[in-house]
Parts: sequence; C-alpha cells; structure tokens
Amino acid sequence: MQTWKKSSIALAALVSASTASVAQERDQIRIVGSSTVYPFASYVTEEFGATTEYPTPTIESTGSGGGIRLFCEGVGAGTPDITNASRRMKVSEFERCQENGVEKITEAMIGSDGIVLAQNGDNDDLTLSREQILLAVAAKVPQDGELVENPYDNWSDIDSDLPDREIEVLGPPTTSGTRDAFEELAMGAVSEEAGYPGEYTDIRSDGAYVDSGENDNLIVQRIQENEAAIGIFGYSFLEENRGKIKAIAVDGVEPTTSNISSEDYPIARSLWFYIKKAHEGTVAPGIDGYVSLFMDDLMIGPKGLLVEEGLIPLDDESRKKWQEHVADRIELKRSDLE
Amino acid sequence: MSTRKLTGSANNPQIRRRYRAEKRFKAYCIGAVSIAFAIIIAFFTDIISQGYTAFWQYQVQVTIDYNDRAERLGQFALDRDMREVASRGATRSIPRAIDRNPDLLGTTEERWVPVKAEIDQYLKHGRDILEAKHEEVAAAPELPDKLRKKVDALIDEGRIESAFNTRFFTTGDSKLPELAGIFSAAVGTLYVLGITLLCAFPIGVMSAIYLEEFAPDNKLTQTIEVNINNLAAVPSIIFGLLGLALFINFFGVPRSSALAGGLTLGLMTLPIIIISTRAALRAVPDPIRQGAFAMGCSRWQVVRDHVLPSSLPGILTGTIIGLAQAMGETAPLIIVGMIAYIPEAPSGVFEAATVLPAQVFTWASEPEQAYVEKTAAGIMVLLAVLLTLNATAVFLRRKFERRW
Repeated sequence: MQTWKKSSIALAALVSASTASVAQERDQIRIVGSSTVYPFASYVTEEFGATTEYPTPTIESTGSGGGIRLFCEGVGAGTPDITNASRRMKVSEFERCQENGVEKITEAMIGSDGIVLAQNGDNDDLTLSREQILLAVAAKVPQDGELVENPYDNWSDIDSDLPDREIEVLGPPTTSGTRDAFEELAMGAVSEEAGYPGEYTDIRSDGAYVDSGENDNLIVQRIQENEAAIGIFGYSFLEENRGKIKAIAVDGVEPTTSNISSEDYPIARSLWFYIKKAHEGTVAPGIDGYVSLFMDDLMIGPKGLLVEEGLIPLDDESRKKWQEHVADRIELKRSDLE
Repeated sequence: MSTRKLTGSANNPQIRRRYRAEKRFKAYCIGAVSIAFAIIIAFFTDIISQGYTAFWQYQVQVTIDYNDRAERLGQFALDRDMREVASRGATRSIPRAIDRNPDLLGTTEERWVPVKAEIDQYLKHGRDILEAKHEEVAAAPELPDKLRKKVDALIDEGRIESAFNTRFFTTGDSKLPELAGIFSAAVGTLYVLGITLLCAFPIGVMSAIYLEEFAPDNKLTQTIEVNINNLAAVPSIIFGLLGLALFINFFGVPRSSALAGGLTLGLMTLPIIIISTRAALRAVPDPIRQGAFAMGCSRWQVVRDHVLPSSLPGILTGTIIGLAQAMGETAPLIIVGMIAYIPEAPSGVFEAATVLPAQVFTWASEPEQAYVEKTAAGIMVLLAVLLTLNATAVFLRRKFERRW
C-alpha cells in the first residue's frame, strides 16, 4: 500500500521535474543550416571535438532558409549559435534577425561549390551556353510566345552549330542540393532571356534527362561508357576523374578552381556561415575555437582538408580578407547585403 | 490423376463446384502468404548481405612516434608511407595526448589502427573481384595503382588484417566512415525511451483505470473514448508538430534534446497504452470485482488488489509494443530537431541526442560507399532490438497471462 503511494508520488515528481527547470546555458555549440555546407561543417566539428576539450558541436541540416529562420528567432540557449548557408543572407532575413534582437552577426565566406557538366573524354571539346542547357533539359520551351512540350531530341535541333548528338543528360534527383543549384543557376537565371514569361525551372521527364541518384560516381562511370551522354555533378568528381571525362565550358568559361572561386564560371555559388556574436562567451563555450579552426588554412586553404572533401577554396587574396574579417568579428550591415 | 470415388451428395455438381471454389480460395490465400513471406525474406537477405561486412574492419599496424612535430599535427607521428593508409582519426588526437601526458614525447608505440574507408572498401569488395577476373570491373571500388600496390604488399607482410569491428558499437557518428558507430544513437534511444515510458506509462494506465473502473458511462466518457481511439490513428508527424509547439516553443525544452524527443513520443504512445490497458482491464471478469465488493472492499481496493495485478501482464505487453513503435519512429523527431549530426553520446536529458532510426537515416544520405554497409548494419541492430522487445512482450504474455 505504502509502496503504491510512494511510487506514484515519485513518478509524478519525475514528470513534473522533467518539464520544469531547463538549463539556461549549453555546453555544446549548436549549428543549423544548409545541406550543402553540412558535409564541410560536420567535418570541422568532428575535428574540433577530437582536438580540443570542448564537446563536438551538433549540426542540424535544415537548408539555408530554415537555418537562417531558426538563427534569427532570437538570442538565448534555445536558438542556434551559427547557421550555414549556400547563399548570402537576404535583406528580409537580416531585418527579421534585427527585429528579434539578433543584432550583431558576423559573416564568413568559406569557399565555393561548382556544378560541372562533363562528357566522355574521347569527344571533341564542347561549349554550351546556359540558354542552350536550359532549352535542352526544360520540360516546356517557349515557341511563338507560348510554352510547348520540349520538342528537341538532338543538340543540333537547338542550335545548328552544336553536334548532331542525342540529348541525354544524367543528373541529380530532386532531393539533391546540386539539383536545386543547377535549377537556380543554370535554368532560372537565364529563363527570362530565353523567352520564358518568368523564372522557369521544371526539368523534362520524357527520358532526355535521367535522374541518376545521389551517387555522383555513378554518373561519372556512365559517361565514361556512353559517348552521347552529358553528366551533371559536383566539381570534386571532375577533379578525380580528369582524363577519363572532359568538362564542358559553360558560357565559354571552363570550370577550373580559379574560374569557380572568382565566380566567372556561372554555375557556382559561394558558401557561407553566420555567427551570432551575443552567444560568444555567454551561451556556448568554444565558438571562437570552432570558427578559427574552420577559417584556418588547414581547413579552407588550397591544400586544406575540406578541399579534399570537395570544397573549392577561395583565392589567396579573398581568403586572407575573409580570415581577417572573421577574426575581427566585423559586424554584418544591411548595406553589405543590398 | 487419382480418382477418388465420390459418393452421395459429393457427386452433386453444385457441391463439387463449391469444393472447387474453396480450393481456389485456399490457393489464393497461400499465394498471399507466400508473397508476404518472400518480401520479408528478400528484405532480410538484402539488408544482411549488404550489412554484414560492416561488422568487420581492416586495420593496419603502425608505429606511432611521439616526436615534436606530432605535437602540432598528429599526422607527423606516422611514417610518410603510412599516412595515406591509416585513418586520420587515429592520429588527430595525438597532440592532445601529448599535451596531457608530456612524458610520451620521444617514445614510440606499436598500434593497430583502422585503415582509411576507401582502402577498407577496396579490400572488402574490390580486391577479390579484380583478382578473379584480372580486369577492371566498373562497379568495384578502386584505388590508385600506387596505393593499391602498397596495400597489397602490407597484406602480404601481415600488417593489414581484418578484425571484428568493436568500434562500431563504442563510438558515435563520424564523417570518417571507418570511425562511425552507433553508440551515441543507442544511448540517445535509451534516454528517449526512458522519458517516453516515464511520461506515457503512468498517465496512460491511470487514464485507462479511471475510464474503465470509475467513470460513469455517459456522453462525455463516450466522447473521450472515441477521441482516444482516433488519437491512436493520427499520423506521427502531427505529434511532432504538437511537440514542437508545446514543449520546445512553450515550455522551452532545448531543441534536439532527448527530453523533447521523449515527451513527443510519449504523446504518441499515450493512446496506445490507454487502449491496451483498457483491453487488459476489461479482460478481468466481473465476478472477481463483485466478489471483492461482497467482502466489503472499496473500489480503490478492488482495483489495487485484484484488477490491476491480474491485468498487469496485458498492460506491460501493450506498453512494450507501444515503446517498440516509438523506438522505430523518425518523423516526429525530424520536427523536434533530433535528425542531426550528433557524434557524442548525451550525458543528460537536456543534451542534444539522436536515436537509432535517425542514425540510419543520416547514414543513408551520405554519399560515400562505406556508409552503405553502415546503414545496413544500423538497420540490423535496430531490427534486433525491436525483435527482442517484441519477444519480451510475447514472453510476458505467455508466462503471466491468466485465462479465466
């Protein structure tokens, strides 16, 4: 009888205790944001956890927009310390941050990510414009002011200067960040010039574009076997397979490390992270250590560990600039983003 | 064909037609069972054939030289030759080790460390194929020629060996596939299920007792009953949204913590526990209650001393099945932020934690070949735990259930 009473009181106490007091400070850094930056950031966190006395920070891959939303929710242990992004923060997002009291933010650029189109190494060199790429893979194309089902079977149908080769594009599936970037930078960015009424990013599903899974290695193997096919994948896979496959110049620019980092190559984007200054030294310990490890040449330098993982490093000058920028914790201003 | 002599009404064509219909129906049912069974077998064979290799791992014997260059960068503790064979994870903690124990400086140590994941994959899947066919196979993992010769030589010297992968059970997630393990996810699962049990079991059992033993049968209790049944069928992602709004945004429970996940799954498990407890209480025959009442027991005494003890096996079975369901759940945990890169095991309920199915999900989205076998191995561990839980439920029911 007594035991029943005691155990029920104990249970009630436990349940209420578990909801009542919540710790105000964390001993772990919390990071959210882009799934493109995630593999690089988690690499750094692991290194940080293994080489310092701090616990390994946690990273939630929420996408750039989702990450910034969480980041801008406010200041305090319940909100993240750092958010990663595969695009720059928008002015509207910056204003939301300000409204919610997240006033001091430092911006850090870590490098770029290039998306490469490549073909079999035995083929002749090929240059495509983004408009040609768009017309080859779009579900509908503009003709006489209307959108019609994509009629193009061969590259020469689009432009008679292009080779008489069947259009066969092997690319990432919709779940992939590479696909998002491809749609945005290679299709959406030029769709209005190509005669579409607005931004157009639908990819055709009649067999000319083949979803080839998340495994970029598989795409590389297929274009080694198939001379007609063109593959779309991350830059690091081109680097590993030079000789067997050949990159296609886009808008006349070859995808090389320097062209990507200088943004001359059009299908490239920069990778960023944002630091919440108010959390440093108050909410979570070790933010400074993590940030300086990330910005160190050991990670993002031209021979850094992240470059092995596929990051395109910044050129020496801008890397130095960003390293100093971050070390000085220069505040992000609205005018930087406009 | 065997001709059985049919007599009497069995010769009636109408009746024979009915027998044929019965046989056909039986054949369909057998077909259905075989399809279900074949799917399960195919699933298990696929998972096991992909995953069993993850329980073994190739290791290389290296000499670790605690010199002053290694004090800055752990890689320098190895021979130049070995740096591209041994996992980077084996050396990166050396500077800290020297920092803690300066006496190490100047000493050397022989140690077995895991090889890099690409080499591990080549040895597991690529080497045999290449040797058997003496030609390049497109799908087989490859190594650059120089490295391959080195690895082959090390194998001949006996300095690379395959061993049971204990690391898989003792470490958390890692970006280096050769170091990734399920330990932190398993600890996270324990915390989460503990909290789920603590919050769902008492509330669920007490609600069920009230509804079954004390509550009058009126419109109100009927409405509550219908709603509880509906709640059990609500998609789990909705409980995730509720958990986010209630626990994280309103009560301020830390995001990604075991507490947030456990409470959310507790909400989800609650209706299951209520329903199974009510069923167990209803299975206790009324004469037991009436007998106790006749002896002058109060309702509380009847419930405590007679109804509860005899329905306990049923209640526990329901609870275990509810917990097993909660354990395999991922959708609500995405919403409360538990699907994340969390390599360290949590040491309290307020710390960020991940769970086994979330770990499987994280690995499944990694691009490296080596995570394929990790994913399958993670699934095997998850299935083993679920089978154990369900077997416990069956055992409890068999052992303690009373038939009236």
